Amino acid sequence: MKYADMVHRCFRCGYCKFTSDYTDFNCPAYRKFRFETYSPGGRMWLIRGWLNGDIKNSERFQEILFSCATCANCVEHCVFTFSDDLVNIFIAAREELVADGLIPPPVRDYLKNIHVNGNPYKAPAAERGKWAEGTSMEAYAGQEYLFYVGCVGSYDERAVKIARAVGTLLVKAGLSIGILGEKETCDGNEVRALGEAGLFEQLAAQNIQAFRDLGVKKVITLDPHAFNAFKNDYPGLGGEFEVYHYTQVLAPLIQGGKVPLKECSLKVTYHDPCYLGRHNTEYQAPRSILKAIPGLELAEMERNGENAFCCGGGGGNFFTDILGGGEESPARLRVREALDTGAEIIAVACPQCAKMLEDAVKSEEMDDRLKVMDIAEIVNGCVI
Amino acid sequence: MTDITQALAGIVGEAYVSNHPEEAYFYARDPGLMPPHAPDYVVVPKVVEEIQEIVSLANREKIPVVPMGAGLALTGLVIPLKGGIVIDMKRMTRILKVNETGRHAIVEGGTSQGLLKSYLEKHHPRLRHSIPDSPATATIAANVMIHGQGRLTQQYGFNSDMITGLEVVLASGQVSRIGSCALSPDWFSKGAPLPDLTGLFLGWFGATGIITKIGVKLYPKKKLRDVEIFLTDRADLVPDMIYELTHTEMVEDINVFAQPKPMIFKDNHHITLFFTGDTDEELEFKRKTIWHSLDRFIRNKDGGFMGVPPVMKPTLLDMPQRSVSRFADVTKGGGFEYSGPIIMVDKYPACAQKILELAEKYDLGYSGMARIIGRSHAMMYGFAFTFNRADPDMMERTRKALHEVSVFALEAGGIFWKATVDEQRMAMEKMDPVTLGLMKMIKEQMDPNGIMNPGNWEVTEV
Amino acid sequence: MYTLKFDENVCRTCPTGDCLVKCQYLHLDKETAVAEMVKIGQGADSFVLNDCVTCYACEEYCRRGNHPFYLITERRQEKGILTAPRAITRQWINIGEPQGKYRLGEVKERVLSFGFMPEFLGWIKGRLFEDVMPSYIFGQEFFCNVVYIHFADTAVIKERLPQVVDNFRKLGVKEVIFLHDECYGAFTQLAPAFGIDVPFQSIHYYEYLYHRLQELKDLIRPLNIRVAYQRPCSSRLSSDQHHFFADIMDLIGVDLVAREYQDENALCCGGILSMNYGYDLAHDVQKRNIDDMTAHGAQFCVFNCPACQSTLGPLVAKQGIKPIHMIHLCRKAIGEM
Repeated sequence: MKYADMVHRCFRCGYCKFTSDYTDFNCPAYRKFRFETYSPGGRMWLIRGWLNGDIKNSERFQEILFSCATCANCVEHCVFTFSDDLVNIFIAAREELVADGLIPPPVRDYLKNIHVNGNPYKAPAAERGKWAEGTSMEAYAGQEYLFYVGCVGSYDERAVKIARAVGTLLVKAGLSIGILGEKETCDGNEVRALGEAGLFEQLAAQNIQAFRDLGVKKVITLDPHAFNAFKNDYPGLGGEFEVYHYTQVLAPLIQGGKVPLKECSLKVTYHDPCYLGRHNTEYQAPRSILKAIPGLELAEMERNGENAFCCGGGGGNFFTDILGGGEESPARLRVREALDTGAEIIAVACPQCAKMLEDAVKSEEMDDRLKVMDIAEIVNGCVI
Repeated sequence: MTDITQALAGIVGEAYVSNHPEEAYFYARDPGLMPPHAPDYVVVPKVVEEIQEIVSLANREKIPVVPMGAGLALTGLVIPLKGGIVIDMKRMTRILKVNETGRHAIVEGGTSQGLLKSYLEKHHPRLRHSIPDSPATATIAANVMIHGQGRLTQQYGFNSDMITGLEVVLASGQVSRIGSCALSPDWFSKGAPLPDLTGLFLGWFGATGIITKIGVKLYPKKKLRDVEIFLTDRADLVPDMIYELTHTEMVEDINVFAQPKPMIFKDNHHITLFFTGDTDEELEFKRKTIWHSLDRFIRNKDGGFMGVPPVMKPTLLDMPQRSVSRFADVTKGGGFEYSGPIIMVDKYPACAQKILELAEKYDLGYSGMARIIGRSHAMMYGFAFTFNRADPDMMERTRKALHEVSVFALEAGGIFWKATVDEQRMAMEKMDPVTLGLMKMIKEQMDPNGIMNPGNWEVTEV
Repeated sequence: MYTLKFDENVCRTCPTGDCLVKCQYLHLDKETAVAEMVKIGQGADSFVLNDCVTCYACEEYCRRGNHPFYLITERRQEKGILTAPRAITRQWINIGEPQGKYRLGEVKERVLSFGFMPEFLGWIKGRLFEDVMPSYIFGQEFFCNVVYIHFADTAVIKERLPQVVDNFRKLGVKEVIFLHDECYGAFTQLAPAFGIDVPFQSIHYYEYLYHRLQELKDLIRPLNIRVAYQRPCSSRLSSDQHHFFADIMDLIGVDLVAREYQDENALCCGGILSMNYGYDLAHDVQKRNIDDMTAHGAQFCVFNCPACQSTLGPLVAKQGIKPIHMIHLCRKAIGEM
């Protein structure tokens, strides 16, 4: 296994589980399951035990490994010099399990669907561009930016609305963008996180080739997960593009007056997506958009920025649902925290977070007090 | 599912009981060097009533129960030596009350040091508690149960001296309140003027009961805090220096360390002094007084204050000090363990000499660290060795070195802190037989079925 | 072993005794000053050997090039008269010991020397240095070791400095721009005084900055601020470069306040004084120094040495005077900060 020479170095001191000021345990899997085995230190020790033959691959071992949301809270707070590799180590262990074919059924199904359909929804590729119907979105044909929407934005009912909101907003702001529609395929971020390195490389190669063929130089992503893959993993595979999350493009447009905004008296809290925040240190662009809306009050949750608590959807959990369910699911804990701020809206910048938190709001029966909205949806509602 | 598992699931819910090999593997170990022993069950309860039911079940079935905080003592105190049920306390993290004017907090038994620190900073910025240098996940109850020490120990003694009451689940499953809370709604005294019964639980490592709530004394938190480091190459003068420093009554904590790496620390003893003030004037007055208390040593060139680089200060002022944990990976091996006898301050030179001898004899990386307890009343001298978890030979050498420390410490008049099972045996062999008999009597009365963290403080013969 | 080129007759015939007359810590008259230096030259005991606080200033006060401070240091070492507590000296010697952890940029014939000051790794950027960077060296292997004269230990300098020179030689550098004037002093003053050959040309960074700022004159926007200068002890080893400070201030439109403790009268930052002699001397010097800055209306305190800045910077800041390093001030003048 990659990193096998590193797993014995965990002292299991537990700093990885916390926020930087120790406000709360901040590892989503640990917060749900509460056994030390589901914490980053627990995983490190179990992986070592497994490599040494002291424990075997079991359903529980798989649950422990695949419940990691790859949120990188541990990377942020581990005190040791190998901290940067913690998530990589967990992914490396998943790769071994995938190679052996001994993985939880939802993981297996997800990977199979991507392999067969190019998306996890078993939906036909031909329907991939349907989300844009009736909008001013045009097919990519040499525009300045490619607007890459991803599987969730293309097929998920809730996420489609966000994709449309973002797309129309960018067009309205005068940006030259085009979409791939049915030619788009999965970015592979979750495939990589779930340990199917080969399939990820195949998807990446496919995308890189497609982008090159179309002459794409700049990419705007809807989803921070795709943003992460394009920005951090594709370059190593030959895919050198300028990559932006949509908030990074929208923020300067708003600052530059390209999107005139009216007074909107709203109290909003912002949930940092892990793949935009901790993985890519973009904390300011989304906030600057919200702060630019006249009359909008931004109320931060106790855990924010690099200490933000994951919604539980990362690392493939959005699809496999290993972390979902139950009163202690990360998403439900997160919406309770949001409610504590007194905000009426949780602003998100990720379609996966949107869906996770919206479901949690329903489970918590908070629908009448708390609404989950993508930043683009909020902005659209405030455009003059 | 076994009957016991089912019964436990009935108490805490199925999700919070495990008899899986994964939890058995993990909870069989702590980060130190003691051999593993697997539990049969691990449970993660949420409320005291659940613990009562678990203990009642265990007592009925004569199954061992071992309470566990973060499991960071390193000396195997939460390794279930005879199997049974490990009770992971860390779902019980509520901070139940902070009495600002009475300067105390009441917290649940799984509340971590980090959580209370964070809570006080946000809601009671004029209050603080004594934070040990164990990682922030360390629980307040477990730290007190092992007589831990923290950042205010020079001023106020062991952390266990800084409590205002306990709630304990006894082996019978009954809940007992210890201190003023036994007859008052207020948790302001752990005993006085009543008979102080906290001694029945503190230092026993859970062998007499499980602490489910604890009253902790809080202290004034000054606005400013600073650190100075006095260097000397004369170990023999350290006790005199400590005497002068403690005489000032101006230092919140005194730690003395000596270690060969990094190079800036090689060859010297470092007396690290933490002090506070509400104003620049107060802080500077204390600094001046502290410096002047050591003038004679500076004049004789026996020591001096180093210029603490600005980049080093945040590391030193960090509470708890994350850098302490980093010692585990000095050899890129993820391990360290220390034996930390409580001993008189005048034994500092002998301890400092001993750690050098052992490090050389067993070829180990080391750090010697003394924390002063009270006004030079005693110190904890930590003989810490770092080891590589992937190197069995180095681990064995570390075990041998630590055993030699135990023998040395006892001969030097010290008492083991958070003693391993072997050290407990050594201590009981040397102990006054009448005292040992008293311990036996207490243990037999309090835990007749021997289910409470068995293997610890087991008096076999008197 | 390298020996100091010292001429006793130069002291004996000295018309002023400036080395010790101007000393701000001993306050001697001319006769006593000359007599004590002659005694020291002869290897006799002198109270000066006990009372000198190692501020280096006599190296500058002596206009006859006879290196009074190096001599005092040599004699102290011979007689075992410690300036610093043993543990402090030991710590500093350990810190400077080469460990193979040096860092090299893309070294060319012309190179920037960061000595052993890690601050420079983050500070040196922008247009001022674009014609040299990334040609730099950093680490104990290139550390001049001159600081040990504060601890009356020339032996360690004599042992290590030739190796450092050799390390430079191996890199094949022809011109070294020193960002710490202790290093500059080491290769231009101390090395020759002890007969150690230096195979490259040394440039003080003040001179470099002055010329570079002239090249970038169009970018300069006068700062129009009042500053005090914290001149470091080590600047006494290169007093011929001192004028560049005022020259640069002129160039960037900065008003250098005319205070008591400047130029020859500069006071130590107190860092070494506190380590070596305790609280009172250091704090007295620091207080007089900062009060003087305040009394003359300084808005900024400009530092030449990062170590002085880390010692005195927080203290001047408490008095409302902003601490700033010379490099940052110059970058500010060309709009980079």
